[in-house]
Amino acid sequence: MTADSRPLSRRNLVAALVADYLPIMLAILIVVLPLAYLILSSFKSPADVITQKLIVLPDPWHPANYSEAARIVPFPRLFLNSTIVTVVGAGIKVLLAVFTAYALVFVRFPGRKYVFWAVLATLMVPPQVSVVPNFVFVSGMGGQDTYWGIILPGLATGFGTFLLRQSFLTLPAEVIDAAQVDGAGHWRRLWHMVVPMAAPSIATVALVNIVFEWNDYLWPLVIVSDPQMMTLPVGLTLLQNSENSAASYGIVMAGTVMVLLPVLVVFAALQRHIVTGLTQGSVKG
Amino acid sequence: MVAEIKPSTDPPLLETSASEPSFRARRGRRRRASREAAIFLAFALPNLALIAVFTYRPLLLNMYYSTLDWTLGAPTARPVGLSNYLDFFQSAEAGQVFLTTAVFTLATVFLSMALGLMVALALNRRVRGAGLARATVFSPFVLSGVGVGLAWQYIFDPTVGALGAILRSFGIASPQWFNNETLSLVMVVLVYVWKNLGYAAVIYLAGLQSISSDVLEAAAIDGASARRKFFSVVLPLLSPTTFFLLVTSTLNSLQAFDLIRVMTPLGRGTTTLIYDAYLRAFGGYNQAGYSAMLSTVLFGLLVILTLFQLVFLERRVHYR
Repeated sequence: MTADSRPLSRRNLVAALVADYLPIMLAILIVVLPLAYLILSSFKSPADVITQKLIVLPDPWHPANYSEAARIVPFPRLFLNSTIVTVVGAGIKVLLAVFTAYALVFVRFPGRKYVFWAVLATLMVPPQVSVVPNFVFVSGMGGQDTYWGIILPGLATGFGTFLLRQSFLTLPAEVIDAAQVDGAGHWRRLWHMVVPMAAPSIATVALVNIVFEWNDYLWPLVIVSDPQMMTLPVGLTLLQNSENSAASYGIVMAGTVMVLLPVLVVFAALQRHIVTGLTQGSVKG
Repeated sequence: MVAEIKPSTDPPLLETSASEPSFRARRGRRRRASREAAIFLAFALPNLALIAVFTYRPLLLNMYYSTLDWTLGAPTARPVGLSNYLDFFQSAEAGQVFLTTAVFTLATVFLSMALGLMVALALNRRVRGAGLARATVFSPFVLSGVGVGLAWQYIFDPTVGALGAILRSFGIASPQWFNNETLSLVMVVLVYVWKNLGYAAVIYLAGLQSISSDVLEAAAIDGASARRKFFSVVLPLLSPTTFFLLVTSTLNSLQAFDLIRVMTPLGRGTTTLIYDAYLRAFGGYNQAGYSAMLSTVLFGLLVILTLFQLVFLERRVHYR
């Protein structure tokens, strides 16, 4: 018997570790290292930034980058703006998607097939294509530098409606029909039966919309010019433009951390739901 | 549907003639149908109205704007017919923009799918921490493109960036990522792949996990090598997943904006169709009509690709 044939021999253990863990470790490092470097760099003093040497750990630690970034761009206010836009925008979108999907699945209407196709086809129209006409329309109504101007054009929801329709179709129709026989109207059936039964899918759609609204960039970029009304990604561009010397990378990285960290924290807490939500519809049965 | 038995609010039927009840029933059915239609509209109309105003209306309006010589915000515009299209398609710029778009799209789609598959294969083993690894690899996908772009801009900076410092320690001078058009494109592709490959990895992982172990065992019993198993069994069984990823990744790459805007604001070397449309309207060119023309071309491209993928590619895909 050679040493290799024992299952727990050192060579077999090393081989297993290399085969199983090395690729995983590599993938994790490729993701984590740049993010760790970003966070560490946000504490670098200007002297640590402008050097040509690779400095990983800041020396001295320079947390003043954060107050400096907040002095140039009103980050607390931007945080509030992003929160308002995200909560209101994603909230309304989910409501609209629930109502539309319910109507498409449970309300008898001769044209609903065509309505469904009209909703589905919007998935082919990226919001970027609509920017110029929507800019003319919304700014014509005085929507520049307003919350409603940022939120309104993005409310139309094809994606959420589509996902919730698919989910509602899997609900047990007999149960819902029985409720109808008992005299429950559409409103009661929606809130007392369909919404509780489809709660996981609705939560998923909500999370996807929250991530999307928080990161949305192009539309807020064109419709907002007042720094007080900017969302975080737009404010970050303002910081980038006003601090464009090499010495101020520390300040820009501090601003970047303030934008990325909340999402990372939320993602860490809810990753399972967010991953399923963002990848739903992919695996065909 | 049997859902039409409803406690009627109508007064009880009077037995007067044989035809009356059926007449009443028909009227009642029609009233119920119109009430259902009213409910349908009440539920769906807000969303449908928003879709009409902010998705379909701009699409049509873009086609109209694309025939104008016009500056955004200007009260008047000059109708120029199809000359925006002619100007674009007859210029050298069109070839450049299409080439950049094609290179960016093909490179990002291929790299994120190939690397995503490799990561998925690594994660598909029953090892501790695979769930955590899956979440970690996916996480850049949920981050703001602006933030990701800035973080990488610092790393790529030829003078003070980490990448340049590492290369210098091997005696290599840092490439001029921001001044060389080709290198700018390479850089944006790399960062885009870093941000998006977790998506492909998670989708491929789900695909791998849906492959039944019986099939793989059967192949192993038949003496297939690991390599043979992968290419002759796993990859063909993954073709629906590959097809799905091909569609979604292509559409997403064609819409990539945030990273390009942040890392290469002037778009030198990275002016894709969508970025050109942005620059023409909002980047100081004052060519809103030209921009609308580019958006229309982009939309046409998306429609063609979607139809092509639906009609042509799906037939060739191996479905279980």
